[in-house]
Amino acid sequence: MSEQTVFASALLDPAQPCPDGLRAWNGSDPNQRFAVYRNNIVVSLIDALAATFPVCQQLVGEAFFRAMARVFVVAQPPRSQILTFYGREFPAFIDTFSPASSVPYLADVARLERLRLDAFHSADVESLGTEDITGVLSAPHRLPGLRMDIHPSVAVLQSRFAVLSLWAAHQQATPELARVEPLQPESVLVLRSGLEVQCIDIAEATGVFMDRLIQKETLSQAEQDAKACEPGFDLVAALTLLLR
Amino acid sequence: MLPSRAGLGLKPEHFRNILESGPDIGFFEVHAENYMVPGGPMHHYLGKIREHYPLSLHGVGLSIGADAPLDKTHLDALAVLIDRYAPQVFSEHLAWSSHGDFFLNDLLPLPYTATTLNRVCDHIDQVQTHLGYRMLLENPATYLEFSTSTLSETDFISEVIRRTGCGLLLDVNNAYVSCINHHREPGAYIRALPLDRAEQIHLGGFASQADANGDPLLIDSHSTPVAQDVWALYTEVLEQMGPTATLIERDNDIPPFDVLLAEVNLADSYLVEAGGQRE
Repeated sequence: MSEQTVFASALLDPAQPCPDGLRAWNGSDPNQRFAVYRNNIVVSLIDALAATFPVCQQLVGEAFFRAMARVFVVAQPPRSQILTFYGREFPAFIDTFSPASSVPYLADVARLERLRLDAFHSADVESLGTEDITGVLSAPHRLPGLRMDIHPSVAVLQSRFAVLSLWAAHQQATPELARVEPLQPESVLVLRSGLEVQCIDIAEATGVFMDRLIQKETLSQAEQDAKACEPGFDLVAALTLLLR
Repeated sequence: MLPSRAGLGLKPEHFRNILESGPDIGFFEVHAENYMVPGGPMHHYLGKIREHYPLSLHGVGLSIGADAPLDKTHLDALAVLIDRYAPQVFSEHLAWSSHGDFFLNDLLPLPYTATTLNRVCDHIDQVQTHLGYRMLLENPATYLEFSTSTLSETDFISEVIRRTGCGLLLDVNNAYVSCINHHREPGAYIRALPLDRAEQIHLGGFASQADANGDPLLIDSHSTPVAQDVWALYTEVLEQMGPTATLIERDNDIPPFDVLLAEVNLADSYLVEAGGQRE
């Protein structure tokens, strides 16, 4: 094993002693100095997760969040130098983290926060202009087979929980959680308009419709799937949402 | 070249304030990795701020000291940023931060030997060729030394600069932190570096701990104001080097903008004393 392999392995495993061949000028135990590196790595990565998932941290408290994040950081260190992308697997990890099971909506709130950050950093693409839309509408026979280019910021989260209401309540200095019924399912459309990320509460069928469009299904297939979810699905209202 | 002025690390919480108030600051520095995102506000604001200020692009993830090949994808991402923002300087660290599949998000130390010297020089050659840019190499803050080292840190850095033609980013805080941690005299350490090749200075703050023997162990935390001892060392450095672009670094526990601006102004006043020209 190379020197750096030994070093890296000991960094992520506090049970290991520090590598051989490290020294301090005063002959002091190198383990304590090595611990500075261990601490820098773990704490900076926990900080990165706390920055990405602030509402999750509020929901469970800082001490619980940081303890949970520490388990994740050691199990799944980042693979990219771009730390804003770190934590894509964190919601799935929360699903399996049994101490958090008493907060069943925590993972979905994490999913929403992750989608918001992805929307924040997504590519700058001009949305459809009025002329493009007029062009499309002037050839209505082509509409059913149309596969739309959805803006890269757009994402859908379908949750069994009131994920957006929970998130929104925590945007206030004093969250009014008494008004939120957490077990009420919600569907959320996430998008960036200009520089602002927006979350829009949508019907489940609209969520199905948007999700199919993002997956590059045709408009007619998306409508069909949405109607399977809710026969009264309103195509025009859903399309209007996309023009915001 | 950056102007011989004081600059500030650019933080998103200060974007709007900077654009609205247009503070008299010599340049801004950004961490390259924070802007390796497809679009959105980070690029929007950096683009606007770049219209008004010189820019230093500072990498924290290239892992030049790694015992593995450089990450080509990361080099390409740096090239894209350099092309887009035309920074006056690009700098990176004498350290490693990636291993295997993982990014460890810290600037890790390496032993100073003939083998590591060759490797670091090869990597810097590769960076400079790929980017078409001469880079600056920053001296590290370290907490441990390697019994296998055969070169001093200053000899190692001097040789890298001689062989690769890169410049020096003199981090005065790192020099101070390392010298306290390894019981050396900071002034002598700095004088042993090729100061004639220094094109930029960093000033940051540290946190204080103690090692297992109770001796001071300083941590390069960038979470506190620049320490008095580091300011004193800085003025000595300016006497030797003459006015040189100087960055105030603060990455953690970020205070209100005015607090940072006061440190920038203090550095600027030392630069004027050292003979620098305000523009």
